[in-house]
Amino acid sequence: MSASSLHMPADVFQERRAKQRRFERIFVGVALACLCFALGVLLLLIGKVLFDGIARIDGDFLTSFPSRFAEKAGIYAALVGSVYLMLLTGAIAVPLGVGAAVYLEEYAPRNRLTRIIELNLVNLAGVPSIIFGILGLQLFVRVLGLDRSLLAGALTMSLLILPIIVITSREAIRMVPKSLRDASLALGATKLQTIAHHVVPVAFPNILTGCILAFSRALGETAPLITMGALTYVAFVPDGFLSPFTVLPIQTFNWISRPQASFHTNAAAAIIILLAVLLLLNSIAIYLRSRLQRPLSD
Amino acid sequence: MTTDTISLEKAKQLASGGLSISRSGSLRKTVERCVELLLLFCALSSVGTSLAIVLVLGVEAALFFKEVPLWRFLTDTQWTPLFVDKQYGILPLLCGTFLTSVIALVVALPVGLVIAIYLSEFASTRARKCLKPSLEILAGIPTIVFGYFALMFVTPILQIFIPELSTFNSLSAGLVMGIMIVPMVASLSEDALYTLPSALRNASYALGATRMQMIFRVLIPAALGGITAAFILAMSRAVGETMIVAIAAGQQPTLTLDPREPIATMTAFIVQISLGDTPHGTLEYRSIFVVGGTLFLLTLIMNFISLRIRERFKFAYAG
Repeated sequence: MSASSLHMPADVFQERRAKQRRFERIFVGVALACLCFALGVLLLLIGKVLFDGIARIDGDFLTSFPSRFAEKAGIYAALVGSVYLMLLTGAIAVPLGVGAAVYLEEYAPRNRLTRIIELNLVNLAGVPSIIFGILGLQLFVRVLGLDRSLLAGALTMSLLILPIIVITSREAIRMVPKSLRDASLALGATKLQTIAHHVVPVAFPNILTGCILAFSRALGETAPLITMGALTYVAFVPDGFLSPFTVLPIQTFNWISRPQASFHTNAAAAIIILLAVLLLLNSIAIYLRSRLQRPLSD
Repeated sequence: MTTDTISLEKAKQLASGGLSISRSGSLRKTVERCVELLLLFCALSSVGTSLAIVLVLGVEAALFFKEVPLWRFLTDTQWTPLFVDKQYGILPLLCGTFLTSVIALVVALPVGLVIAIYLSEFASTRARKCLKPSLEILAGIPTIVFGYFALMFVTPILQIFIPELSTFNSLSAGLVMGIMIVPMVASLSEDALYTLPSALRNASYALGATRMQMIFRVLIPAALGGITAAFILAMSRAVGETMIVAIAAGQQPTLTLDPREPIATMTAFIVQISLGDTPHGTLEYRSIFVVGGTLFLLTLIMNFISLRIRERFKFAYAG
């Protein structure tokens, strides 16, 4: 590269070029090894869980309550708890998150308040999940007196996934072409009509995908719910908003913490169910996006 | 846009001259205004969340520091809130958090960066399209699954090579945590590299640089801001990670840098207290708010630095 290299003898040049090529080949080799390592661990992890737990899964495992005896224990309470918690979390977080996204994209003036809200969202997305658990414990469980109920858990989870929903919904709304808004306004629609009848419906598939991704994050979260005080041993199905509950990851954690190997098998089986539900959720997200997306020419 | 709609409505009123339209127009205006306020309220809920976090942590921490002096909290080398002889020194927990995070970063940073360079500069479009989602699957696995993997698979395998490794240790937890954050480092660093203007690449090729020279002497220095931001964000993630360390690293707050020993991180301690039956209002109960507050401050500072670096970096090559 330097001036002297222009006058370098041909053999030195050849040698250096060969060295650079060797370097490049080695680098690509290392990079492929790193990729194989990361993806290999993923396969190993799934393989290990399947190997440990697949034999334990049967109808009884899905429909039994937890038990002192590993062979009789099941995940019914945890599975139902997870489903209820997700439904309730969705009912709280989706309107709030999409509403915030619509405000920030369509209404927010460029002022200090908007800047604060945006900065705050970015920071909130980086707060460790366990901190939300502490917040839930003090705010919902103690101050609002909701106790360790399904509602307190759902509120905690809603705060946790709110930043994700807002950020993904904003991206979805931003992708709606401006011409669509202009056309609607030109035909005499008000701003609210434009947003409700045109912007949000067009952005809907992507908003939905973002929400499903947020749910799959919430479904696997353990720490905030443990910190909030969700029970680890629940032998009943929650019967209302204020009923105590447990979820799949907490049940799994409870089984991992026990010394007996037979409970570890249960933990592996519960993990398989958890991963299967996550896979299902993500497949639905991909399917819905490809199905609902209307082609829009800008 | 707002003025356009209003004037349009006025025009309508003028054209028809009817009272009913003007009334429905003002009603519609009220509705529009109410909805806007409602949406503003939604947006403000996130600010409320942050304020609530600061308030909750601050109040309980203030009550805690009434009984335990701040300097003892910062300098005492023992953390034993659950023993008869209660000591509240954050150092062992900080040390445990530091140890697992450093092990995780030693794995995640080089592996993530090399993958990022490969994806950005070497991989074909088709390979990128296939590899990136695969890495995202790794990032989407719940942390409790990684915890199970660390305790049931990685630790037994490591014990073959390091016989004195205890069942709970920071090495195994740190390694698995490192693998967990590889996708994050890779994807953020790749963004930093990929968005560099192609003029940089072309210019350095034109000057006779080889591909490796171009990458290591031009692209990486140019993307250093984005890469640093990614590293700091990864660090913050490692510090706040809970389930892997709670399951695989143990719950024994010891002031040690030996990765073979069981330790306790700040997050693991919070989990430990939450699982027990600690009465509300006691000093032990308040200690989780103090530890949580320390954790919150640490991650907040790191996230903020990362954000500032990214914002600065955005303007560096915006031309």
